[in-house]
Amino acid sequence: MCQDPTRRALILTALATGACLASSSPSIAEEDLPGSNERPQKGDVLVFAEGDRAGEVIKPQDLQAGGPPVRAWPKDPKTSVVRKGSRLNEVLVVKLEPTELDEETRSRAAGGVVAYSAICVHTGCPITAWVKAAGGDKDVFKCVCHNSEYDPRQSAQVIFGPAPRRLPALPLAPDDGPLTVAATFIGKVGAQQAR
Amino acid sequence: MALKQWILSGLLASTCLVSIAAAGPIENYSPVTTERLKNPEPGNWMHYRRTYDGQGYSPLDQINTSNVKNLTPAWTFSTGVVEGHQAPPIINNGVMFVSTPEGQVIALNAKTGDEYWRYKRQLPEDLFQLHPTNRGVGLWEDKLYLATTDDHLVALDAKTGKVVWDTKVQDYKKGQYLTLMPLVVDGKVIVGGSGGEFGIRGYIVAYDANTGKELWRTFTIPGPGEPGHDTWSGDDWKTGGAPAWMTGTYDVDTRTVYWGTGNAAPWPGETHPGDNLYSTSVLALDPDSGKMKSYFQYHQNDSWDWDEVDAPMLIDLQRDGRTIKSLVHPGRNAIFWVLERKPEGIKYVAGWPFVYTNVWKSIDPNGKPIADPAHKPGIGKRVEFCPSLWGGKDWPSAAYSQKTGLVYVPANENFCGGFTGEKVPLVAGKLWLGTKPEDIGLTPRPGATHFGELQAWDPATGKKAWSHNFPKSQLFGSVTATAGDLVFVGGTNDRMFRAFHAKTGELLWEQKTNSGIVGMPIAYEVDGTQYIAVQSGWGVDAQRIQDALVGKVPGLENNVPQGGVVWVFAVKK
Ligand code: FES
Repeated sequence: MCQDPTRRALILTALATGACLASSSPSIAEEDLPGSNERPQKGDVLVFAEGDRAGEVIKPQDLQAGGPPVRAWPKDPKTSVVRKGSRLNEVLVVKLEPTELDEETRSRAAGGVVAYSAICVHTGCPITAWVKAAGGDKDVFKCVCHNSEYDPRQSAQVIFGPAPRRLPALPLAPDDGPLTVAATFIGKVGAQQAR
Repeated sequence: MALKQWILSGLLASTCLVSIAAAGPIENYSPVTTERLKNPEPGNWMHYRRTYDGQGYSPLDQINTSNVKNLTPAWTFSTGVVEGHQAPPIINNGVMFVSTPEGQVIALNAKTGDEYWRYKRQLPEDLFQLHPTNRGVGLWEDKLYLATTDDHLVALDAKTGKVVWDTKVQDYKKGQYLTLMPLVVDGKVIVGGSGGEFGIRGYIVAYDANTGKELWRTFTIPGPGEPGHDTWSGDDWKTGGAPAWMTGTYDVDTRTVYWGTGNAAPWPGETHPGDNLYSTSVLALDPDSGKMKSYFQYHQNDSWDWDEVDAPMLIDLQRDGRTIKSLVHPGRNAIFWVLERKPEGIKYVAGWPFVYTNVWKSIDPNGKPIADPAHKPGIGKRVEFCPSLWGGKDWPSAAYSQKTGLVYVPANENFCGGFTGEKVPLVAGKLWLGTKPEDIGLTPRPGATHFGELQAWDPATGKKAWSHNFPKSQLFGSVTATAGDLVFVGGTNDRMFRAFHAKTGELLWEQKTNSGIVGMPIAYEVDGTQYIAVQSGWGVDAQRIQDALVGKVPGLENNVPQGGVVWVFAVKK
């Protein structure tokens, strides 16, 4: 069935497959590791979720300025547990020009690097595309399931589509070293049911 | 309590919420028997298309061509949910059951709109819903059945909304999900799975209506040693798609269930060489055993994402001087199919394009369409084809009027599309299309004067009786016909709900609603008054089509608000 036809082609990411990426399905063993299901904690580092360097710690200089975003998992540096027991822990990391970020976004960034939940808050698809916004020139996150777009420069606020709210931000420590989580997600991760 | 039972009750407690409103619980509920399902009273709507034959026709005629202009809202009810509300309201002697996205069922007084109870499924936090919708609830005795996007089949007490049983069908984490209205046949609840975009192996499965016990499961892709297996290469059969995500129809006389199947996966045919039985087919099944009696494949080696899941209508046609027990299916592949239910199996009778297509060069005498390779997507090359991947008619259902003898088709004309195929490894639970979603195009044909088209066809002759064109919108909503010589349909991006003259196509009435209508209209009667009901709530593919057309169609509206409302209309006296 169907998918959305969109205008631009620029793909995002590092999905080695080149297709529509999604979060990894954890194996039983991964799920069983203590802490692997817990949301990212202060002090966690971020590691590549896929590709040749999967599992390696991400540093700002590993990222290409202006995107595309990289998919990442949080990792507890003390126990070395990668928190990939839940797809809700997957994170999108993108390096942008710091001057492009609004104040709130900059306050959570490591230099120009910002991190957000990779799970679309509409109905929970993984966000997979990095394309020109429907109403502008800038590349933005796009969820191809139902076309929601989020601007990572403005706290990932919704700029197109049915998503009801912005993506939860994951504040990063403002250093040059490995990307380190400074606080837990701001906002609820994943879709929210009607009440 | 045994451990297993304890776990089950704990699970139920944590996965649903039932609220009882002031009007409930329901008293004097009419149990739904086999006899009632075979011959539903004219004022009721207890099947997906009202009757087992799938015609989408109501014999009610109190609302008709002379008074439809006086149709006004009788009551409305906000569901509190956004996204595509695709289900028909289900009516059983004055009680209405409405299902919505997110696995919610609301029981309402069909005369007043007062709520009896509401069931809210608590979906898993990590679920992702590609098609966040639901297409209705099935009825049996004093229970109703809901298929959920987290891949469970749930039986509810129709009087209270309480869970009677809850059966896991398959694993949502592997891309398995359910959106269809269950088909109930003789105490068996039959459903089929969605998930063709995730590399699943399609299936149709039956459960005991009283206990939730699985009775049989028929895979739509034959395994090793089964007839048709040799139409697949290597291990492709394990992941080849052929989902079955729409409700089947049922021939009561021959006790045969007819079910449509979806496209093969991933999309480019080169990635799964062979005819790929039983994808893009209609299957004839024995409801007692699930055994396949017969099949007809609408097209082979699908490469266009053309699901043919909308089950064919069962219609007795006068053709060539005899009565043909037909199967009629306006296909997503742009061909209007007339097949015959013969004792020896399904046979091709006729087929013709009902919208523009550049894919089919001809149809052979056995009903096999011959594709033009220039318009068949392949690996590493961008191929354009018409109609688009949403087809000439997608899942929204056509209707047949027993009075006019016409089939009313919610068609889309002048849309083409294309994509570049690529080989992609399958990862369980991930989308697996065989192309980049960003690469998929939807292109209006040059010079197109309109897109959505409500068509009326005579299936006996293949002649088009009339059509009504929509210059600025797709038509993405199911059609319902009534004995009042009316045809009801929403489906356009101007939020309108419309009634047409069934014989002439004249637009007789329209009403703007809160959102856009992708839901199925129904007709029912309570205490001698006829009502027309439909859910307005835009989303899913209707929205996707519209997003795809932004900037391509001047003047196209792309600001349809979301949010579901049940609309019920009656003629003002
Ligand atoms: S889940 Fe992302 S737009 Fe619907």
